[in-house]
Formats: sequence, C-alpha cells, structure tokens
Amino acid sequence: MSTQASSDGESQVDYTHTPWLDPSATPFIQIKNINKQFGAFTAVSDVSLDIYKGELFALLGGSGCGKTTLLRMLAGFEKPSSGSILIDGVDMGGIPPYERPVNMMFQSYALFPHMNVEKNIAYGLKREGVAKAERTERTKEILNMVELAEFAKRKPHQLSGGQRQRVALARALIKRPKVLLLDEPLAALDKRLREQTQFELMNIQEKLGITFVVVTHDQEEAMTLATRIAVMDKGNFEQIGTPAQIYENPRSRFIASFIGSANLLECTVVEREGNMYSVSQSSNSQAILVEYDGDLSIGANVTVAVRPEKIRVEKRSAVSSAVADGHNQLNGIVKEMAYLGRLSTYHIVTENDVMIEVTSPNQARYRDGNHPIDWDDEVTINFAPQSAVLLTE
Amino acid sequence: MAASDQSLKRWYSKFTNVVHRNLRSLIVGIPFVWLLLFFLVPFFIVLKLSFAESIIASPPFTSLLDWSGGGFPEISINKDNYLYLIEDDLYLRTYLNSLKIAITCTIICLLIGYPMAYGIVRTQGTWRYILLLLIILPFWTSFLLRVYAWMGILADQGTINDILLYLGFIDKPIKLLYKPIAVYIGIVYTYLPFMILPLYANMEKLDSSLREAAMDLGANPVSTFFTVTLPMTLPGIIAGSLLVFIPATGEFVVPDLLGGGNVLMIGRLLSSEFNANHDWPLASAIAVVLLIVLVLPMMLYHRVQASQANS
Repeated sequence: MSTQASSDGESQVDYTHTPWLDPSATPFIQIKNINKQFGAFTAVSDVSLDIYKGELFALLGGSGCGKTTLLRMLAGFEKPSSGSILIDGVDMGGIPPYERPVNMMFQSYALFPHMNVEKNIAYGLKREGVAKAERTERTKEILNMVELAEFAKRKPHQLSGGQRQRVALARALIKRPKVLLLDEPLAALDKRLREQTQFELMNIQEKLGITFVVVTHDQEEAMTLATRIAVMDKGNFEQIGTPAQIYENPRSRFIASFIGSANLLECTVVEREGNMYSVSQSSNSQAILVEYDGDLSIGANVTVAVRPEKIRVEKRSAVSSAVADGHNQLNGIVKEMAYLGRLSTYHIVTENDVMIEVTSPNQARYRDGNHPIDWDDEVTINFAPQSAVLLTE
Repeated sequence: MAASDQSLKRWYSKFTNVVHRNLRSLIVGIPFVWLLLFFLVPFFIVLKLSFAESIIASPPFTSLLDWSGGGFPEISINKDNYLYLIEDDLYLRTYLNSLKIAITCTIICLLIGYPMAYGIVRTQGTWRYILLLLIILPFWTSFLLRVYAWMGILADQGTINDILLYLGFIDKPIKLLYKPIAVYIGIVYTYLPFMILPLYANMEKLDSSLREAAMDLGANPVSTFFTVTLPMTLPGIIAGSLLVFIPATGEFVVPDLLGGGNVLMIGRLLSSEFNANHDWPLASAIAVVLLIVLVLPMMLYHRVQASQANS
C-alpha cells in the first residue's frame, strides 16, 4: 500500500522551502495531543507536532526522553494512551504496523539472520505480493543505490557494520514508504563512517523525497541531518525549530546546555534601555549588557547564556583600547586549557570567581609550537550584547 | 634439611610446569577418558556380546576368543543374532512400532510444547519464572512414581473414568490403561519438558525487533510467524525433537507399565530377551541395531548443520 508514494515522491526537495512557516500548508504527519503511559510512567505527555512532506525531521533527546516511544507510535508498535496520529490525512488509530505507509530502520538494524542480503531487502515486496521479476529488478536497483550489489548473496553476519546499516536502509526504502522512520541510524557506526553516512542519508532523502523522521541522542547528528529538530525532555517537546534557531535562540536553560555548550550566568535585571538590558550577577559585580526583545521588569531573575565560541579572549597585555569598548569585558585567569588543533578551549576564572568557558579558533599558525595563551595567563574576555541570550525558563 | 627443601621446591616447580603445559590436554582429557570408560567401553562390551552365542551357563554367552587350541586364539564370530532379527518379523515390527510411537509423540510434544514455550517467553516478570518452574517441577519426583500415578489416572476405576462417569458422558469405564493411547499419553507427558526447555532457551534469545521488522515490512502476524519466528526457532525445534525422539524410541518403563503386553516397543522387547529369556547376545544385537537406528539421523543432522555453517 505504500507504493503510491513513489509517483509524486521523486521530486527534488527544495532546501529553501520552509513549509512550517506557511500557515496554509497541510502537514504530512500530524501528531495531535499524544499521550503514552506505561503503567504509572508517562513516556510521552500530551505532545503535538506537524511534520511536512519531504522534511528530514529529528527527534532529539537523552535516553528515556520519550523520543523512541513517539517513533514506535508512528510505526504502530505502541498504541498511544490518548491522542491521534495522522499520516497523509489518514488517522493511524487502529491500523496495525503491517498496514501503515511507514517503514522503519531499526537501531539494531534487525536484519533477518537466516536470509541473505537480497532476500532481506526483497522481504517487504514479497509480503506485498509484488511479482518476482519486479521484485528482483527493484532489489537490484536499490542494491546499486546503496553500493552493495556484490554482497547480494551474503548473510548479514558476513557484513561489516556499515554494510549492515546500508542493507537496513535499503530494506526500509524499497517499499517507497510515505514516511521513513530511523531509530538512531548511525549510533552503531564509528565516527568517520558516521560522518560519511550522514551525507549519504541526506543525499538519498533528497533523491527520493521521502519524509524522514530520525530519532537520535546525538545533537551534532541532528544538526547535520535535520531540516527541523524537536528537542525532547521527560516526554515533552522543549523546543521545535531549525538547527540554527535552536542553537542561536535556545528557549530554556535546558536547551542552551543540551545543544552545544553554554556559559550560564544567574543574574538579575538592573537597568533597561529599549531592548538593551543591563543585568548583573550580584550587587558588586560588573553589569552585563544583553540585547533582548522581550519585556522584563527591573529585578527579574534571568539567566544569561553565552556560547563559548562567541566570546573573544585576549592576553591582557595585548588588549588594545579599540577593542576594549567597555561592553561585557571581564578580566580573568586561564585555569584550564585544551588545544584541539582547529580550536582551543579555555576555562577562565573571572575576577568575581565565575568560571567561563571560551573556545577560540587557532587562526594563526603557532610555528614555534607554543600556544600564545597559556595556563595562568591573565586574560581579558569580551562578547557583544547581541551574542548573549537572556533566558527566563 | 635445606637441601631437601631445595629439591622439594625444584620438584614442585617442575610439577607445576608440567601441569601448566598440559592443563589444556588435562581439561579436554578428563571428559574424554570419562566418555571412553563409561560410554565407549560398555558399548564395545555390548557389541562383543552381540556376536556371541547364547548358552546355559554363567555368564550365559560364549567367549569370542577360544584359547583352547593353544598359541593363537581362535576368533568365532556369530552372526546368527543379527540374522535372527531379520528372520523373525517380530523385531522389525517392534522397531517400526517404536519409531512410529516415538515420531508421533515427538510431533505431539512439539505441537503442545512450542506454544507453551512461546507463551512462557512472552510472559513478563516473575510469572515467567513460575511457569518455567512448573515445567521443571515434575523432575523433583521419581519418574517411576509419576508413571505409577498415571496408572491410577488411566485405570478403569481411575480418575479420568470416574470423572467421565460422574459427568454422565459414559455409562461404563472406557479402556485406557494397557492400550496404545496410554503409552502415547505417558511418553508425551514424560518428554514434554525436554521439548519445552530447549525451545524456551532458543526463543528467549530471539530478538523481538526481528518480529517488529517483519511486521513493519508488511507481514501480518501469521506471515511473520512462518517467515521469521519459525525459521529462527528451528535450532530449538531440532534440539527438542531429538531430546524427545531418541529416548522415546528406546523407552521401556512407559510401555511396560502403561502398555502392559499390548504395545510393542523395542525397549520392552530388549528387556524381556535379557531378563526373561536370558538371551544376552540377542538382547545385545537388538541394542546395537537400535543405536544405529538412532545415531544415523543424528549424524545426518550434524552433517546438515555443518554444511549450513560452511555455506
């Protein structure tokens, strides 16, 4: 039943296309007030989400956040305790997994160990009653796509992890489902292969135009792959948005620290001038200037979040007066330093005893091998008011 | 004193060296010697007996080696026991009947045991272990006692007849005991755990995501069972079937106690040749042929497995 998706599914995905911003667009997958209880435990609590056709949507979160349960409800392996799921306008309530226009790539790959690669891939078509000739042809076609043609007769245990991953992908794609669900698709691969496979997945998704829903705990993976990300925590969506939106405008402290790393400073608002807020950590500490579009009253408790790479660090002796414009400039001492090649990470303790993490690209080549900023160096750090985010949640 | 201490130490280190070097062969060797002593040697004794002649003496058989001529002993091999097994069709009928009963019971055990094992594996938490314990529980009582209990259940005035009479389904007791059905019931009852346990062990390891993957790819529950679950549990089915089939073929107690003289089974015949007729050589020949009948399918199975592992 999932073959119908192929005719209009071949179109190219337009990456400038943002259907979620268009209020007239009809979502392809509609998750409406889904709730899932396992006994007394709430795995997913009253979530709603619209996913549009051709999206590569990522559900991101730590273990036990409910992301896999949500995926399994889309596949039909779990029944929602309440709420409904619509795929292409059809209510999935009461439709068993084997009748859904959805295929899943399992985290363990779940390849049938007693069948060879070819039979594994053709399994779905055989169940659908596709004639043998067409089955063979389509299997061959997809084997070529995942570059496994010469492994057709091998058993799964005779393949490497990466090859198994591609068989699992081919098996899930061959029925041309309306939606492909991927449960931690790259978790079992080593780092190098994972990076390579990420781009392969994106290419395939682009080529076939199938809507992908990916579950992952790896935020880098989610940011690389996804058009949009829903960050989940304790069965709720913490934030839904494009990778850049989530990274640059985290909605809460949880998001700010979960996606990438952030310096979180507990402050109170002391002054306001338009959208320029002056906040400070304590009465005697230096005020921090942050641009913020919301409305906050004087004395409100806020958190300032600054990404480590948005802070500049310079040796105090080298600071020119031009750079030191007085905004958000703090003096400190380097307590820890890690040289990572393309960048270095510093842990700097400021004059009022706050630890700030700063990462800085190593643009110049240190020919003598000595790092210009080293342990116990006195440094000055500063960041623009626009680089910090004020969080109230 | 010091000198003997030294030599003792040297001797000890030499000893441990030898032990370490030979530990591997020692570990492999112990079960090897065990099997040799308690399996292969008795087998050869039985094999030797099967080629002897029955006489009225103690022991009641002739020796294969005749030393009376002096110098080299004369070897006298008597093939009559095997020829007799072919001549009298009682033996062939008994072998075939044993195989028929064993195969039927194996299939019945599989049909009952498979869903039971599947059910136990699918049960969550403590209940699974309670169910498993119930399967093993009968082993805590003597097998013989349990067969006697079945005599009580199946007898004319037994439990089954009492219940059926009380409920009015029958007006006179139906004959169960000393009929083939009693033997079938007894063997299935006795060997069911041997079917369930290997199946359970096999199914427990079965990855549930494989079943989900099949469903996800469009297989309904029936199709999922036949294309994934059944092939994946085949090793358990084969192991369980062999564990039931092999002892059931040579079963003695059940046909003797529940079948009376009415059910021909090779174990019973062997026992009567040995005990009642005192024909040890013929009894040995029966045992050797039984062994061949049982070992052949086993060897075939191993052959198939080995070739599968190689491909």
